[in-house]
Amino acid sequence: MSGYFEYLVNGIKSLAIGLKITNKEFFTKPITEQYPHKAVKMTPRYRGHTELLMNKETGTHNCITCGMCEKGCPSNSITVKSEKRPGVKGKVLTAYILNFTTCSLCGQCVENCKPGALGFSNEYNLASTRREDFIFDLLKRLHPNGVPEPKVDPELLKKEQEKKESVKKSEA
Amino acid sequence: MIGLAAFIGVNLAWLGWVERKGAGHFQRRIGPKEVGPYGLLQPLADGLKLMSKQLIIPANADRALYMAAPIVAMVPAVLSFVLIPFGENLVPREFNFGLLMVFAFASMGGLSILIGGWGSGNKYSLIAGTRAVSQNVAYEIPMLITAMTIVMITGSMDLNEIVRQQGGFFWKWNIFRLDKSILMPISFLVFFVCSLAETNRTPFDMGECEGELIAGYHTEYGGMGFGLFMMAEYANIVIGCSLTTILFLGGWQCPFGLFPGPHWFLIKTYFLFWCFVWIRWTFPRTTFWGLLNLSWKYLIPFSLVNLLLTALFIKVF
Repeated sequence: MSGYFEYLVNGIKSLAIGLKITNKEFFTKPITEQYPHKAVKMTPRYRGHTELLMNKETGTHNCITCGMCEKGCPSNSITVKSEKRPGVKGKVLTAYILNFTTCSLCGQCVENCKPGALGFSNEYNLASTRREDFIFDLLKRLHPNGVPEPKVDPELLKKEQEKKESVKKSEA
Repeated sequence: MIGLAAFIGVNLAWLGWVERKGAGHFQRRIGPKEVGPYGLLQPLADGLKLMSKQLIIPANADRALYMAAPIVAMVPAVLSFVLIPFGENLVPREFNFGLLMVFAFASMGGLSILIGGWGSGNKYSLIAGTRAVSQNVAYEIPMLITAMTIVMITGSMDLNEIVRQQGGFFWKWNIFRLDKSILMPISFLVFFVCSLAETNRTPFDMGECEGELIAGYHTEYGGMGFGLFMMAEYANIVIGCSLTTILFLGGWQCPFGLFPGPHWFLIKTYFLFWCFVWIRWTFPRTTFWGLLNLSWKYLIPFSLVNLLLTALFIKVF
């Protein structure tokens, strides 16, 4: 018999506390965000697909087309296309293609990128019925209004032309 | 009669909406909002969807019992409404043994769960069915004893007569009739808890147990079979609330003796329904052991003591 009424009173007390809490929550404002109607602000550390980061000083990306991301990718999702242009130091990136259908978001490419050209985007609206929609060209994504032409160094251009001519001469 | 049918239909459909909206706000969500203003047309959309679904009978099911169970659940639940006095002159069918009749119909609900659980040919449904029956048996006893106390006080089983005797101010309501028995408020609590358990509501929803038994007795039901079970559940809740209102809270009587009428009955009933929703979204499900313990160790002794006290008070004073 001992503890019989104690158990009852304590039980009723704890039930009343529970009811009080839910009653309080009922009168506080809902925190639901109406996602399809309103855009949700994503947290900065969210890991979306990778993207080329904008360097504000140069107005373009930092990529030197070394291809370390391509080599490091465990699922071969990255294709870096580049070409040599007259008068420009190093190679110029022409396309950075990420096949997001095979990407596992491991982040190896971001780790491997020495110049720090890659990062994770905040993009979360990733849904489509077509496979082709997930093959991104990250260069086009960075510069949607056309990729700016790389700066031509006139001295370098002159040197290169001289070199070409000298090669031609020696061949002849 | 048509008015009653409309009342039942509207109630069963939109109390579901109230419940879902309440559930949302208790969890700081919004609840249904897309279909119609404030999601008010959601019940219609749900009904349409349920009715357009194909009825599938499982291969192991006992066909006759499987088909009968939702009907057995629905019919007595709706029939009970016939006996409820909504207002002094607004009783669909006044009947001397109204109280007894309502309890007779209520106990059919447990039977329908057993039939549904047994007929589905599914072990989860069967476990749920047996649990629900032992629960209903355990909780019908204190409920009936408490109702008996009321009958002793009023000397009538006519629901309208019981309400009529609680006229005047709110201290004439049975819940505050301390001159008949000092345990009357506790008696009200016992009755309320029993009606929670009788309608298989959380924290006593042993018949459903989503966590352990998938959906309990209606696991195998789809389309309108499930719809009927759902509507029967809400009908039983409304019956439970109105019975509590009639027996303890003075039915259609006004607490201040002014303008008694159906509006007071509806206010009290819906308030109790709101408490049901509140309790459902606050408490987790009890264990089966705890459920039976509560009934046999607490509710039945308390209701028996109250019965004896009432008899004593009536004899002495």
